[in-house]
Amino acid sequence: MKRIELAIAALLGCSAIASIAFVVIYVGGADTQGLGISLGAALAFLAAAVLLASRRLFPDTPVAEERPEFARPPEDPGVTAGPAAERAEELAGEIESPAEAITRRRLLIAAGGAAGTALGAALVVPVASLGPAVADRLHRSPWRAGLRLVDERDAAVTPAMIGARGFVTAFPEGVDKRELAAPVIVMHLDPSSLNLPPGREGWAPEGLVAYSKICTHAGCAVSIPRSPLYPPRAPRPALVCPCHYSTFDPAKGADVIFGPAGRALPQLPISIGSDGALIAAGELSGDVGPSWRGTRGGT
Amino acid sequence: MIRAVSFAAIAAAALAFATGSFGQDSATPAEPDAAKIAEGRQLYVEGCSSCHGMDARGVDEQGTSLVGVGAASADFYLRTGRMPLAEPGREPQRAQPAYPEDQIEALVAYVGSLGGPPIPTVDPNAGSISRGTELFVSDCAGCHSITGEGGVVVGGFAPELHQATPTQVAEAVRIGPYLMPSFDRNQISDADLNSVARYVDEAVQDPDDRGGWGIGHLGPVPEGLVAWVLATAALLLVARLIGERSEGRGPEEKP
Repeated sequence: MKRIELAIAALLGCSAIASIAFVVIYVGGADTQGLGISLGAALAFLAAAVLLASRRLFPDTPVAEERPEFARPPEDPGVTAGPAAERAEELAGEIESPAEAITRRRLLIAAGGAAGTALGAALVVPVASLGPAVADRLHRSPWRAGLRLVDERDAAVTPAMIGARGFVTAFPEGVDKRELAAPVIVMHLDPSSLNLPPGREGWAPEGLVAYSKICTHAGCAVSIPRSPLYPPRAPRPALVCPCHYSTFDPAKGADVIFGPAGRALPQLPISIGSDGALIAAGELSGDVGPSWRGTRGGT
Repeated sequence: MIRAVSFAAIAAAALAFATGSFGQDSATPAEPDAAKIAEGRQLYVEGCSSCHGMDARGVDEQGTSLVGVGAASADFYLRTGRMPLAEPGREPQRAQPAYPEDQIEALVAYVGSLGGPPIPTVDPNAGSISRGTELFVSDCAGCHSITGEGGVVVGGFAPELHQATPTQVAEAVRIGPYLMPSFDRNQISDADLNSVARYVDEAVQDPDDRGGWGIGHLGPVPEGLVAWVLATAALLLVARLIGERSEGRGPEEKP
């Protein structure tokens, strides 16, 4: 019996060690595979310990209640001797006083406590990843009047680069391209089709419109520019988000015309500089990215 | 295909010499095959003119003008079976070509003779797979998905690219069929176009599938789903094994 208790304690100890390893890996750089393996091992060892305890440590033999015996045929005396009878007596003793049947109780309790505490720590530590409060970062954007638009290879964006039915993903020159508010999608529209909201006169020179590329629904990249070859027989130009198919009308200030987005994409006023390259003529018209408390409804 | 290319080049060259506006599309000057163009004209009148007009300048709200679209468009739409449409206004979708090879050549020669860009020449082997991946990610994958499985553009479909030949990829990039944006040489140079064609040729049409099973090449969502289904089955099996009473200790075996 004692060997089983020791095995259970060892399994619980291994679980505790794996949980501690999870915490160590998390603090030391959070290697994803390492985190997965250590947490998986902690849970597997715990499961093995519980399994072993339930199957081998606690008596689970069903015992029939005593009842008056029917007359036993004299030729069958029942089991009165041999290993089976000894086992039955031993079991009866265990059931009478289960406390004595399990030895090393304190060791098991200590091991179980260690495993539980370590696992709890492993589950709580990742809370540190929540990071600092968001504060006003949702309202900030790198776009300022006068910043040049560059493509992903830092080449200045010119109207010729975009073509009549083309598009370009542009970023503010000299700014980290991974910033949420940095990418804008620039596309060419027929200037006569433009119907921008009041106050945006001159924001779209030569029919070039620039909108934040981050969807206002869930923050995906709005990477589907719809650009009809034969407008009379095809859907009108649109910007479509591939995640949930929010569809924006670039001729009307990127108003939502389909899908779950709650507000228009922020527009970037642009102008054509003296060297022919596109430059920002101001800041984005609204907050970039998914709608949070305080941003939904604003454009 | 080579003959079609040469006809298109001839048509473009003829136009270039006539107007002087296609100087960069210089092709080997040769006699245009008048007979082929006449044959194409005949087929055009029979099969295309009701929507595109007897003079190929389009019919209001029916079909676009074909003057200036060039051999590239005619070759793309006819060889991928997207034209003729069953009725005007339908979304052009890939199908079996409606015309046999020699008739497609004649139609392409005729539309090419009206002016416009020739069939682009593209050589995937001259392209770079890494540059192609970069371009495909930024300009193509939004609609066609990174594995080229295609997808939905609200109001239309982005086709899957498993059957697209390098020439058709190049044509589509330059034309921008239906709802697709078009990309001229300023945005995707001819060298870059080779790279995009190589990406489609290798990564889309002949993927590695290092995991052994592509699961439709639809990306991490179906892959995760398969993992969940397998893991759930494994967990149920384990639960069953744990829950089973060990032999010899069940109530039936009680002496």
